[in-house]
Amino acid sequence: MAEQGDSLLSGCRVLDLADEKGVLCSKLLADLGADVIKIEPPGGDAARNIGPFYKDMPHPEKSLFWFYTNLHKRSITLNLETSDGVEIFKGLVKTADFVVESFEPGYMESLGLGYSELEKINPRIIMTSITPFGQTGPYSHYKATDLTGVAMGGMVYIYGEMDRPPNRLSCPQFYFLGGLHGATGSMVAYYHRELTGEGQHVDVSCQQAVVLSLMIVAEIWDMLKYNYRGMGPFYAGARPGGLPLFSQVIYPCKDGHVFLLVTGASQAGMVASSRALVEMANQEGIALELKDYPWQTIDAATISQEELTRLTDAICEFIKTKTKAELSSLALEKGILLAPLTTVKDVAESPQLTQREFWQKVEHPELGESIIYPGYPIKISENTYKVQRRAPFIGEHNQEIYEKELGFSKEQLIILKNNGVI
Amino acid sequence: MARHVFEGINVADFSWVGAGPQIARELAFYGAKVVRIECHRWPETTRTAGPFKDGITGINRSAFTAAYNVNKYGISLDLNMSKGQEIAKRLVQWADIVSDSMSVGAMAKWGLDYESCKKIKPEIIYFSTTQMGQHGPLNKVKGYGFIGVSYAGYGNLNGWPDRDPLPLFNNYSDFISPYYLIPALIAALLYRRKTGKGMYLDQSQVEVGVSFLAPALMDYIVNRRIAYRMGNRDPHVAPHGVFPCSGTDRWVAIAITNDEQWQSFCSVTGNPEWDKDPRFSTMLGRKGNEDELEELISEWTRKYTADQVMTMLQEAGVPAGVVQTAEDLFNDPQLKHREHFRFLEHKEIGVHAYQSPAYRLSKTPCSITKAAPCLGEDNEYVYKQILGLSDDEIADLLIEGVITTDTDIPEVLCGK
Repeated sequence: MAEQGDSLLSGCRVLDLADEKGVLCSKLLADLGADVIKIEPPGGDAARNIGPFYKDMPHPEKSLFWFYTNLHKRSITLNLETSDGVEIFKGLVKTADFVVESFEPGYMESLGLGYSELEKINPRIIMTSITPFGQTGPYSHYKATDLTGVAMGGMVYIYGEMDRPPNRLSCPQFYFLGGLHGATGSMVAYYHRELTGEGQHVDVSCQQAVVLSLMIVAEIWDMLKYNYRGMGPFYAGARPGGLPLFSQVIYPCKDGHVFLLVTGASQAGMVASSRALVEMANQEGIALELKDYPWQTIDAATISQEELTRLTDAICEFIKTKTKAELSSLALEKGILLAPLTTVKDVAESPQLTQREFWQKVEHPELGESIIYPGYPIKISENTYKVQRRAPFIGEHNQEIYEKELGFSKEQLIILKNNGVI
Repeated sequence: MARHVFEGINVADFSWVGAGPQIARELAFYGAKVVRIECHRWPETTRTAGPFKDGITGINRSAFTAAYNVNKYGISLDLNMSKGQEIAKRLVQWADIVSDSMSVGAMAKWGLDYESCKKIKPEIIYFSTTQMGQHGPLNKVKGYGFIGVSYAGYGNLNGWPDRDPLPLFNNYSDFISPYYLIPALIAALLYRRKTGKGMYLDQSQVEVGVSFLAPALMDYIVNRRIAYRMGNRDPHVAPHGVFPCSGTDRWVAIAITNDEQWQSFCSVTGNPEWDKDPRFSTMLGRKGNEDELEELISEWTRKYTADQVMTMLQEAGVPAGVVQTAEDLFNDPQLKHREHFRFLEHKEIGVHAYQSPAYRLSKTPCSITKAAPCLGEDNEYVYKQILGLSDDEIADLLIEGVITTDTDIPEVLCGK
C-alpha cells in the first residue's frame, strides 16, 4: 500500500530480507521516501544483537545499530522455511518493486524464491542480492566479517604503522559499503525498469565496493608496480627506483591531533597554505628559520628526506602550542590545508552540521524520550528529508500488513503464529 | 542487444578530482553521454598528481585522472573568458544534468551556478558536491578528501590505542559520497520524467562520512561513549586480528565469532586441546586472554602463506582473509571472476586498468569501452557534432584562446 507524499521514491515498495550484510541498502532507499517492509524471522533479525545499545542495555529492541539502519522501515515477521511463509512472500512480491536480500548464494533458490522464480510472479521486480564476494565465483561461499572482508578488499594493507600489522578502521565499513553500492545498483535497475517495465537481478559484491574506495591504490600498482602500505603518520610518496618520500601529515596539538599537508606541490593552494602557516608560526616566534622559504620550488620527485623532515619538524613545534579549535579557525581564515581529527563528540557538537540541519530528532515513546540521529547528507530542492518513523519492533506491523493490507483474519494469524510462520 | 540504461541522457561534467567525476562515470558506464570540461591553463589537480605512466609526469599520463573519467568525452575550454562561458552555457542547454564539485562560489563566478543554469534550462538537474555543503560556517573550508575525512571523525578511528592516529591515504569520504548521490540523482531523473521539473542537489561529503560512522556517533549521543582506535581488535569478539604469515610483510585477517568456528579453528591448527583449555573454551575466556591467544595464533600462522591460512580456515567454515596488497587485487581469482578490472588503451598511457561497478545487472550490463580522454581529446566531436559549431567558428575560438591547447599549459607544468 503506497504512501502518498512528496518524497522522490514515494509509492515504491521494498521487501527487505537483508541482515547486517545488506541492511543499509533499503535504508538508503527509504531515505528517499521508499516504503520499506523489513521481513524478519519470528523472534527477530540477527542484526538486533549488534551493539552499541541504548544505555548499554543489550536487548533486541534497544540496539542503536538497529535503530539507525532500520529507520523509516516497518516490520513483519515471516519464516521463509515454511510453505505458508513462501506463499505469503510470493504474494508480497506481486505488489513490490524491490526485494533486497543478503543470504548465502543459492539459499533463495533453494526456497524456490530465486530471481527466476520472482520474475515469473512479477516481471517488474528488482531483486538485489548483497553478499561479501558475489553470487558466483571461487570465493562466493567464503565466510566473512568486517575485518576479513575489508582485508580482502585491500583496505587494511593501506593503513598502519611500519612496525605493526596493517590495521582496519575501528568502525565497520564492509557491509555499509555493500549496502551503499547495492542502493546504487538498485536505482540503475529501477531507472531501466521505469522506462521498459523490465526488472532484473542486481548482484552486489561488498569486496568490489571496498576496492572502489581505495582511491589510487590499485592504479599505483598498475602504473608503478608499488604496493602502497600504511607506514605511520605520514604520506609515503612513491618515487620510482628509490625509497618512498615520507611527509608527516598527522601532528599532535594541544588537545588532540590535526591533519596537515605541508608539502605536495601539485595540490591547488598548497604554496599559499604553507606560507600562511609559517607566517602564523613566525608571529609567535616559532619556525623563524622558515621565513621566506621558497615553497613553490619544492619538487616532490627530488626533495631530500632530510629537508622535508626539517620543514615538518619546524611546523610541528607551532602546532603543539594550539588546540584543534584554534587551528581550525586559523585554517579557515588563512586558507591553510589543515583539519582537526575530530572525535564523535566534536562531530555531535559541530556548528556546521547543526546549521545545515543535519540532525533529526526521532521520538521513541517506548523509551520515554527522543533520540538525535544523523540525517541525510544531501539537500534536495524538490524533496525535504523526513524520517518516516523510528525503527520497528519485531513484527510491529504484522497486524497492519497481514490483516489490513493482505486481508488475513485474526484466526489465520494465530494459526500462523502457532506454527512458527510469523 | 540490451539497451543502455541511460541512453539519451546527457551530462555536462564540470567536476574535478575525486568525488565529483565518479558520479557521472557511473551514468557513463550505463550509456549516458558525458562531456568533461577542462582547461589547459589550469589542469585539474589529479592531472598533476600521479601515479604517472612509467613515473614520467605529464598532464595526460596520470592514472588518477583516468580512473574517474572513463567513458567520457573531454574538451578544453577557458571558462574565464566570456566566450568560454557562452559555450559552456550551450552545453548546459544540451545537458540533462550538470555536475559540479568546485568550491562554493566558483561556478557562480562563471555564471554557471544552479540559478543561472535554471534560466538557460528550467528543467536542468544540477548537483554540487563539496566537503561541507553550500552553506554554513565552514562552507569555505578548503576542500580535499583528506580534510573531509578528518572532520568526519575517521582519523581518530585509524590505528592503535597507544600511538598517534593514522591518516587515511585514500581520502575515504570522497569514495563513499558519489554512491550516496547517484541514487538521489537517478530519482531526480525519474521525477523529471513524471513532472517536467528539474532540481538542485547539494551534498556535503563530511556528512556522508559522518553517516558511515552513525553507530559510533549514536553511541556518543545516547551513551556519551567516545569511540577510539583499537588496532584490529573488536570490542565483543576474540580472536579478531591480523596475523603474520610466511614471506615478507604478509598477513592474514582472522575473526572467530562463535564456538563452532572456534572448534573448527582448533582442529585445523592441530590444537584441539585449545578448545578444552578454560582460558579459551568460551567467548568470555577468549576475550579475557586475548594477548596470549594472539601470540599462540601467530606462532601457527607464521608457518604458512597467507593464502594457505585463508584456504585452510575457509574450508573449515572459519572467517579468514588475506590482507591483500594492490598486486594481490589484480591476481585475486574472485575479482577476476567479477571482471572488476577492465583494460583499455589510453592515447598516452597505453593499455591500463579501469575499475567496474560493484554490482552486476543481469539484463543491462555495464559497458566500459572508451579510455579516459586526454585534455581536449574530444574537442572536434563535441564542438562539431554536439554543439554544431562550424570549422570556422572553431578556428576562431582556437585563435582567441577560448578553446585551449597544449601550448597553453603553464610552463611550470611542462616538465623537464
